[in-house]
Amino acid sequence: MTDTPTDLPDLPPLPSIGPVGRRPPAGGPKQPWQQATVVSVVPQTERMTAFGLFLPKGRVHVPGQHIVVRLTAPDGYSAQRSYSIASAPTDGRHVELLVERLDDGEVSGYLHAEVRVGDRLAVRGPFGGWFVWNGRSPALLVGGGSGVAPLVSMLRYHRAAALTVPLHLLVSVRSPADLPYAAEYGAQTTIVYTRIAPDGADRPAGRLDAATLRPLLIPDATVYVCGSGGFAEATSQLLVDLGVPAAGIRVERYGPTS
Amino acid sequence: MGNPFRRPAGRPADRDPRLPPGQYDTGSSFPVLTAEVTPRLDTATWTFRIDGLVAEPRTWTWAEITALPGSRYDGDIHCVTTWSKLGTSFRGVSVDQLLAAVEVQAQATHVVAWSHTGYTTNLPLADVTDGKAWVAWEHEGHPLPVEHGGPARLLVPHLYFWKSAKWVAGLRLLDHDEPGFWETRGYHDRGDPWLEQRYAGD
Repeated sequence: MTDTPTDLPDLPPLPSIGPVGRRPPAGGPKQPWQQATVVSVVPQTERMTAFGLFLPKGRVHVPGQHIVVRLTAPDGYSAQRSYSIASAPTDGRHVELLVERLDDGEVSGYLHAEVRVGDRLAVRGPFGGWFVWNGRSPALLVGGGSGVAPLVSMLRYHRAAALTVPLHLLVSVRSPADLPYAAEYGAQTTIVYTRIAPDGADRPAGRLDAATLRPLLIPDATVYVCGSGGFAEATSQLLVDLGVPAAGIRVERYGPTS
Repeated sequence: MGNPFRRPAGRPADRDPRLPPGQYDTGSSFPVLTAEVTPRLDTATWTFRIDGLVAEPRTWTWAEITALPGSRYDGDIHCVTTWSKLGTSFRGVSVDQLLAAVEVQAQATHVVAWSHTGYTTNLPLADVTDGKAWVAWEHEGHPLPVEHGGPARLLVPHLYFWKSAKWVAGLRLLDHDEPGFWETRGYHDRGDPWLEQRYAGD
């Protein structure tokens, strides 16, 4: 790096994404691995379990951020995966991760099958500086399945801090049995059932469509879309077709799609 | 804890030497992980530009860039989310060839790659020269799909794949480092998978 950056006044500015300031200082301190203690294990659906962790050197997270979990075998083999934090920001030492058990998921499968209250896990984080919401601007949250986890953190934060900025959460699941955090919705939320709707639902089962999404749009809101690759792609294109500027849509995809 | 974590039966005990630390072989799949809406780009209006510290900035159309002598990469790619794809291939044009056409000024030390979406990523100039980087429009013999950055993406396979900007629109030559989209959001400035430079400070 040279000492005096040259100004290049005749160049067009680089385009930027989104309204947030794009030039916070780069880098930062290394976030070391630490041993977290599992303090709660709460099944949410047949495939999803919420793990409460205590991080002795935790740092307050921003809703939307994730934690990295690393498992190491006796022979030294290790695997690490990222899981979104579903809890609202607290003292930084208590976080809740929503983990969906994937077919052939070596980390999620182990967490579901073997991990109990009192166990210790190697973790790092929180990480993430894009799919985050600081509570200061309107937000429309659209989650598919376990992709609702970081959005639940945002919803819980909105409620816990009694924020008045507009926020609405839409969660799309196959059936009532596939809905995590089922007791926490209600006002500010819309639930879309793609295969089986409960009796009395005001919308028949079916994929998320423009007619469902259009009335939920909030002027000048940032839209956060999280889910599988297919869900994130379809939903983000639906939003663009509804006139939401691409720069106002933040996407988090998980899992392989091909 | 119930049973200890074990290496899954499907993972060979002898680690493939092509896998950097902390990475796993994703096999034939090619996961899609982007933070933005997939753009709708048309090769009829697509352009690629190099500017900044060069003798003469230049913009290529799709027809012009694909008419250049082609270059191919056969090897591995590594995503910071821990998957690696081994033994894959891309075709396009080498960044060396493009830089030669604009004459890089002597004081240039870094580049910022930017995308038609507005995504940016920074690289030392040395990481995109001497046969280490491409603008790629074919993957394994087929046009690069839009979800993987088509019509063309940057390809810098010796660094984590967030450096290989999808939907690449240009390179800007600078005499200083200008951290990009992920580099200002907690990820490492350089991203060498063999040094496990995932997050800032690693």
